[in-house]
Amino acid sequence: MNTPKLLAENLTLDFGKGAEAHRVLRDVGFSVADGESFGLVGESGSGKTTVLRCIAGQYKHWTGSIRMDGKVLPKELTKERCRQIQMVFQDPYGSLHPKKTIHSALMEPLAIHQVPGDREGKVAEALESVGLDREFRWRYPHQLSGGQRQRVAIARALILDPRVLLLDEPTSALDVSIQAEILNLLAELRKSRGLTYILVSHDLGVVAHLCERMAVMQAGAILETLEAASLADIEPKAAYTKTLLDASREYGKARGGA
Amino acid sequence: MTNKNRTTRSGKAGATRSGRSSEGRSEARRAEMRKTLAAILKNPLTVAGLAVIAFLLVVAALAPVLATHNPAAQNLSEALRAPGLGHLFGTDEFGRDVYSRLVYGSRITLYIICLVSVIVGPIGLIVGAVSGYLGGIVDTIMMRITDIFISFPSLVLALAFVAALGPGLEHAVIAIALTSWPSIARLARAETLSLRKADYIVAVELEGASKARVIFRHIMPMCMSSVIVRLTMNMAGIILTAAGLGFLGLGALPPAPEWGAMISSGRRYMLESWWLVAVPGAAILVVSLAFNLFGDGLRDALDPRLE
Repeated sequence: MNTPKLLAENLTLDFGKGAEAHRVLRDVGFSVADGESFGLVGESGSGKTTVLRCIAGQYKHWTGSIRMDGKVLPKELTKERCRQIQMVFQDPYGSLHPKKTIHSALMEPLAIHQVPGDREGKVAEALESVGLDREFRWRYPHQLSGGQRQRVAIARALILDPRVLLLDEPTSALDVSIQAEILNLLAELRKSRGLTYILVSHDLGVVAHLCERMAVMQAGAILETLEAASLADIEPKAAYTKTLLDASREYGKARGGA
Repeated sequence: MTNKNRTTRSGKAGATRSGRSSEGRSEARRAEMRKTLAAILKNPLTVAGLAVIAFLLVVAALAPVLATHNPAAQNLSEALRAPGLGHLFGTDEFGRDVYSRLVYGSRITLYIICLVSVIVGPIGLIVGAVSGYLGGIVDTIMMRITDIFISFPSLVLALAFVAALGPGLEHAVIAIALTSWPSIARLARAETLSLRKADYIVAVELEGASKARVIFRHIMPMCMSSVIVRLTMNMAGIILTAAGLGFLGLGALPPAPEWGAMISSGRRYMLESWWLVAVPGAAILVVSLAFNLFGDGLRDALDPRLE
């Protein structure tokens, strides 16, 4: 087997110290192949977003190891690391600086990494690649809809041309009609750029739509890892996964019927 | 509008793409400023405050034109004249024209306000934002220093400072600044704490931004509006402290027509010549009230939490 793009082993994280310590991740381990899309599902509080934030580099006090292309990722946020891994946040209303235009939000990563060449052109290109007109760059976030903001957030994550994109419930804050648009955009971008995704969601439908494999998390640990060809084909072994799956199917039906 | 002026100004490569970039940018900024201005102008009290401040600026700028007499020229035969045609607000014990002194005094007031704000704003903002963002031991040390400055009674600290350096306008300004930065720092720190875990700050951190870049380019703009509002509200206090120092003889030195000093020297003749105290007193009252009203209006317009 080839070296996985991303390999997490024995990822453990505590919040708090001493007797008050609260273990949020217990020996989490999984591997993601190059170009693969990997889902993390579980109820809220199961630690799925925390895993993502560890990989992104926001939390630095975890133990265990994360390897990328076989090399151990440093815990510090080096510029090299930032160019490889980027993240899209759950809430598009909170992930864009309210006092900065879309232009300066997108220019910022280029300025930090001192990207040479026509930066303005790159910004326009990034906007067009997520299906927004380049004129949008003079707007402020409050002048955009939720779906448009999430597109901007995706453009910002992609502007440094990372290999791995971490998606933290990228659609859960959006209208149902917009969710499909964003998911299709993400699927397209992955195909055209050969990206590797790690997608966190509580919605099994979303995971099944975008991911080939997924891991089910409960109480900070991975319960099982399974193929996720489509929602109907998932064959769970653990009882918890079955409950989660049933709930998701019921929810899907109720939503479809409404 | 969007298709007008499509002339490419920059001669760079890809100019046709980014030709209107500067226009688009300023267009966006102008729209934001128009919105803020409209919000400010909606409240009549704020407009009144703004009008008084504008009037103060005009008076200070045109002082030589507006003054009818030399503010320092003594004329003992004209001493303690009541307000009338020759002297609009009367004369003081040396026969100096109170109106002209008042007009020139506006310059001193503005000078103090500007100087204090220029010193206090950046210091408070930097101390607060750095301490709030870095946290830990830096935060503890900086906040304890701030606590020490806060726990001194401000006028007493100013008094001690001026007493050590000797009276004078600049020393009074430094003394006032020394006592008024901690409140700005506290404010900026509280603001920073509330947003340092926000997704948009985490996002720039994950882009690889240095700590200084995050603080100066992403956190400070968010603290700016509340700091400006607080500064404006503080201006009333600054005017009063400056007048207080002037009254105690520790501010501007005679014969400079500082309003507080005018009240101080006039109080000996207060019972028979009311205008010596009433006129500069009214000026201090009106100007500090105006800054308070304007500060309130600014807060309503700028503070996102009130929307």
